[in-house]
Amino acid sequence: MNKETLNARRLLCPLPVIRTQDRVKHLNTGDQLEVICTDPGVMQDIPAWCRINGHKVLEIKSGNHEYIIILEVGV
Amino acid sequence: MLAAKIVMEQGVHVEGINFFTGFCVEGHTHAIRENDKAKPKPNRNNALWVAEQLGIKLHIVDVIEEYKKVLINPKHGYGAHMNPCLDCKIFMVNKAKQWIVENDFDFIITGEVIGQRPMSQTKSKMPIVSKQSGADDLLLRPMCAKNLPLTLPEIEGWVDREKLHGITGRSRKPQITMAKEFGIEDYSQPAGGCCFLTDKYYSAKLVDLWKSHGHKDYELDDVMLLKVGRHIRPKKNFKLIIAREEGEGRFLEGYKKEFISLHCSSHTGPLALIDGSVSAEDLYLAASVVARYGQGRNAGQVDINVTDKDGSERKLQVKPLKNEEILKEWYV
Repeated sequence: MNKETLNARRLLCPLPVIRTQDRVKHLNTGDQLEVICTDPGVMQDIPAWCRINGHKVLEIKSGNHEYIIILEVGV
Repeated sequence: MLAAKIVMEQGVHVEGINFFTGFCVEGHTHAIRENDKAKPKPNRNNALWVAEQLGIKLHIVDVIEEYKKVLINPKHGYGAHMNPCLDCKIFMVNKAKQWIVENDFDFIITGEVIGQRPMSQTKSKMPIVSKQSGADDLLLRPMCAKNLPLTLPEIEGWVDREKLHGITGRSRKPQITMAKEFGIEDYSQPAGGCCFLTDKYYSAKLVDLWKSHGHKDYELDDVMLLKVGRHIRPKKNFKLIIAREEGEGRFLEGYKKEFISLHCSSHTGPLALIDGSVSAEDLYLAASVVARYGQGRNAGQVDINVTDKDGSERKLQVKPLKNEEILKEWYV
């Protein structure tokens, strides 16, 4: 299992979703991706994108105007 | 949403494509502005939301770079503002055509309705989009297909033309009725409201940007910044972008390495960026304008911190301009 981090700070939605989508394409099932954002819209958009595409959100946290989502790549 | 639903009801596997041009209204301003976060309207991406409601996959495609040539030199011209709607639609259907070829899909559907706004949906323009996009008879418009020539999916029997629709005109009533029949109670705003280029004020800022740069090219950051703050151009060679509230200030903070920034240190006040080259005299004028938007607007003198792109700081003492001294024509 591979763990990666994606810096999506300063990007506004849907760019964090697009960057997540593009990164996930290169990951394998079971890999984890931590996405760090500053647009609060990701709190809805990335989980929605995960639900649509069969990925699992493991953790969502926020603080100091940053929003961090950890997801596990699905099949 | 309805077009997809109509075709899905016929047992066709549908996936969504959403193109991001950089001018999509979705999310941006209310993501930036603190005040907008408190609004009851859900802060959601409608394309994702629709895909989830339909239970289909959605592919969001970044077309920022390719879209520049559409906006800079639209073959069919602009609409009421800087919206190149017809060229935009041709471009997107063309991209969808490329996508279906690469991903082994059979045809494209859109939610277009003859006679509906925007103007790119007139009956005479429908064949232009099909032809110039290269999609030709692979482009099916389920909402108004009965008023258009047969397409390949209908000829081949992949969809039943009798179960498609023949809606025309500006009224949204038929769509609202159809949504009710499908049990859909919530839907996104009508077309046109989802693109900044249809907005008069945004378009004016874009034209100002191009004039000041001396060419029509742009970067994503340029068009993002047009969505934020007050834009004031006291002189041809520079413009100020002044945050209107805390969220915008935080967003502009991210650009302090690319622009000279100004911030009032003696009173509470907004962060401002200077876009352009400035002399010492210009800088004083800029600081006086920024001072007008802070709590020290009625003070005889305020301190304005000037931060250069390399982070070095200096202080200017200025007299805030009065309201009437900020000329109307300065506002972009």
